[in-house]
Amino acid sequence: MTDPSDIAPPRVEVGALGWLKKNLFSPWYNALLTVVSVAFVVYVVRAVLRWALFSARWEVVTTNLKVFMIGRYPASEAWRVIASLAVVAVLAGLTWAFRKAKDRPIRRWLVLAWIASFPVIGILLRGFGEDNPFMPRVSAEVWSGLLLTLVLAIVGIVASFPIGVLMALGRRSRLPVIKVLCTIYIETIRGVPLISVLFMSQLMLPLFLPPQIRLATVMRALVGITLFSSAYTAENVRGGLAAVPRGQYEAAQAVGLNKALMMILIVLPQALRNVIPAIVGQFTALFKDTTLVVIVGLLEVLGIGKAVTGQKQFIGLHQEVFFFVAVLFFICCYLMSYGSRRLEKKLGVGER
Amino acid sequence: MSEKEVAMERSDTADQIIQCRDVHKWFGNFHVLRGVDLIVCKGEVIVICGPSGSGKSTFIRCINRLEEHQKGTIVVDGIELTNDLRNIHAVQREIGMVFQQFNLFPHLKVIDNVTLAPIWVRRWSKDRAVKIAEELLTRVGIPEQAQKYPGQLSGGQQQRLAIARALAMQPKIMLFDEPTSALDPEMIKEVLDVMVELAKSGMTMIVVTHEMGFAKQVADRIYFFDDGNIVEYNTPEEFFLKPREERTKKFLSQILTH
Amino acid sequence: MKRTGSQTSKVPFWRDIRVLRAVGQFVFLMGVVALILWAISNYRQRGMIFSYSFLDDTASFDLAEGIEFEPTDTYARAFLVGVLNTVRVAVIGIVLATLLGLFTGIARLSGNWLLSKIAIVYIEIIRNTPLLVQLFFLYFAVILKLPRLSSAVVLPGPAYLSNRGIVAPWPRLAEAFRLWWPFLLLALAAAIVLIIVRRRTRARIGRPSIRGVWVLACLIVIPLAGWLIVPGRPLRLDIPELIRKSGGVIKVEGGVSLSSEFMALLLGLVIYTGAYIAEVVRSGLQSVVKGQTEAARAQGFTNGQIMRLIVLPQALRVIIPPLISQYLNLTKNSSLAIAIGFLDLYAVSQTMLNQSGRVVEVFFMIMGSYLAISLTISLIMNIVNKRMQIVER
Repeated sequence: MTDPSDIAPPRVEVGALGWLKKNLFSPWYNALLTVVSVAFVVYVVRAVLRWALFSARWEVVTTNLKVFMIGRYPASEAWRVIASLAVVAVLAGLTWAFRKAKDRPIRRWLVLAWIASFPVIGILLRGFGEDNPFMPRVSAEVWSGLLLTLVLAIVGIVASFPIGVLMALGRRSRLPVIKVLCTIYIETIRGVPLISVLFMSQLMLPLFLPPQIRLATVMRALVGITLFSSAYTAENVRGGLAAVPRGQYEAAQAVGLNKALMMILIVLPQALRNVIPAIVGQFTALFKDTTLVVIVGLLEVLGIGKAVTGQKQFIGLHQEVFFFVAVLFFICCYLMSYGSRRLEKKLGVGER
Repeated sequence: MSEKEVAMERSDTADQIIQCRDVHKWFGNFHVLRGVDLIVCKGEVIVICGPSGSGKSTFIRCINRLEEHQKGTIVVDGIELTNDLRNIHAVQREIGMVFQQFNLFPHLKVIDNVTLAPIWVRRWSKDRAVKIAEELLTRVGIPEQAQKYPGQLSGGQQQRLAIARALAMQPKIMLFDEPTSALDPEMIKEVLDVMVELAKSGMTMIVVTHEMGFAKQVADRIYFFDDGNIVEYNTPEEFFLKPREERTKKFLSQILTH
Repeated sequence: MKRTGSQTSKVPFWRDIRVLRAVGQFVFLMGVVALILWAISNYRQRGMIFSYSFLDDTASFDLAEGIEFEPTDTYARAFLVGVLNTVRVAVIGIVLATLLGLFTGIARLSGNWLLSKIAIVYIEIIRNTPLLVQLFFLYFAVILKLPRLSSAVVLPGPAYLSNRGIVAPWPRLAEAFRLWWPFLLLALAAAIVLIIVRRRTRARIGRPSIRGVWVLACLIVIPLAGWLIVPGRPLRLDIPELIRKSGGVIKVEGGVSLSSEFMALLLGLVIYTGAYIAEVVRSGLQSVVKGQTEAARAQGFTNGQIMRLIVLPQALRVIIPPLISQYLNLTKNSSLAIAIGFLDLYAVSQTMLNQSGRVVEVFFMIMGSYLAISLTISLIMNIVNKRMQIVER
């Protein structure tokens, strides 16, 4: 008599076959769906591969690679772009190396270094003086390509952050005038498309400035992007502020801190920690939204792509160019959201 | 005996550190405090008890301006609580408060929780603040936890940390809002021990609590709060043995039998 | 600081909290007003004026998309054309994107490994690529690469798909419609009556006494009967025809035509928003605790009933608020139409602006329109949201 425990399970139920059966074929309609899906996937993959490997003319991308990256920035000065990237890379490396350091002085130096990097990179890229042999001026009008995308996105998110925090605090204020004005600002900007805010800053803003002041197109686009992003940052920060328990406010007051100190030392640190994942998501969205400046005439990476297809030898090669741009964005955005998920996990499991 | 007669029976007004007269407060239409009179002298330990919703927490929070009273006067250490910003800040510096939910600052270490206010409000040097903080942490019994974060401490340790944090500002008065109600039973004693030691060292304390053992041990007077006002008050012995009002008797029977 | 015993002392106003609050707000308000006045003075200095009278002027440009429009029509009418185009693409886009998102969200959670992986790949690709890149790709690299009209792809209908868009058969009103539309009204009325009766009996005995099938039957059978009864045909199918004109020029007449710009925009918006809606649906469905389905199955409910009565109501409550914001995003994203030449309200406004030079006035019109559309969508969806709470109470 065989011991029941010696009987092996039916071969179809375990191992690779079992997995196939359970996940792909078990109810009858699943089997049908699987067949249809396989056919679909095979068709799509074959078509894409055939195009990519055989009929696509990738020279349009390879010969124009530099243009995609830095646009009309003079090629002889490209070393300055690389130098800026190097600065960022060094700072990022240092930050990662010292991430465990709890020492105040090191963290303070790092923060100062990051803040200082902005004007340093700005000067590196812009240069000064017409005849300066070392770093001649490269006006912001000429910055284009991926360089412009990064400048717009990074400056946009950094500039919109303090404005967003102030707006969030204003919206939560008990003083009716401030609360109403902030709410109007936030809700109006969130109710209209980015393109209309860009249009406003491109065409309308100059009309409301004194006739002597003339802003570069890039500056105007930056103002529009910053205003737009600040409204969304404000809502994110507002969520973070709401998550800080009322008891924290009371304890801070009970121990004698005035309103300003309470906000800076107790409330904001906790609120902002809550919203870091949302802020990173905001940056990713902003990064993608920089493509819209094409419509107001600036040539960031997508605009360069469109311009490239107008060149005589590359006319009509839209598929290759836009595919390349899409892949570029995909890689960057996927990495950013991956980093955000890692960050969320780290903050959640942390000791605090 | 009315409160005023009791006060006159005791020392002169110079010894009175808290004087509340006819304090009223409304939450919208709800009349939560209905003309409360209370006088506390330096070094006294007052226990306030009563059913939930009676307004006792609201009352002590009016004393350090976490809530705003609409009628009547509150004078703390000679400073009257009005809309004067300077008065409000002065009063808040002189009063320390311990909350039912601890309300510790989770993003700061234990030692930083204690040194934060002295450094930023009293403008002490970091060394002086740390020294005082370490003494306080030893006094409440958690000196070894200084470098940890509040979230890593047990409930009883957290509340003792909260007491240390309040004491760091060297207040003249300590308010306690149901300090042990959120603690597991086995941790209540360690917190009460700290409070008893504090009382015996001469601190003026107002404690809202149901811990009658503590009251019997150190309280100078017990007040029964109901429906927005003081129903009766007495020394602990008299309060428990000979309650005068019906409501007091009913309340005592409810809490002493469980 | 006066240390008093009992008297209420007068609080110096510069330290009084209430005074400080009021003054603070006043100063803030004055600051904002001052900023606005300064901006307006700069505006005037440049010689600009503010007036909406230009709306009655002749547009002098033509609009190839949308309702009837001649270059002799006013700016106001041009703007109306733009608004209607935006509404058209937004409404159709919302409906299609919701369907796509629902399907994809459910596919993502299905037990079929392959299907769910395909859904994940689709969602990740779409969410990590900018919408404008997708639109450019669809417009330039796909639709404009379709064959020309002379060798158009023929779809059943017949419908003709070319690089100028799609022309498809479309029902149009015919002579007998005047006699037929009362039947439509009757069907609608009967359906409403049945729905009310169903709701009442459900409130009374727990489930509706009339099956939902009957409501559907009303809406189908009554008009059908009317069609047979009425002499002649109430609707006729307008079928597109390819006509070869002299000189080898091909024209198509009849049917309804959707421009390639409209198709690219609609397709782009639907695919993009569909991916986000899929995530919303997924999180809504996942928010319903698994124990609910198990308990329901243990009680003997069929799968369909479980979905309808247990899972969907709870999931919908979680789904609807973020769904609203996706609808609003779709509406706002429709403004990208200008990049591919579709004449939505933003694109028309740009043309108006170039012609008339009235920047600020047009800007307020643009903002006002988008705010109005957003508010309308929010209002409708909030009513739906509230109904979800009440009906299930």
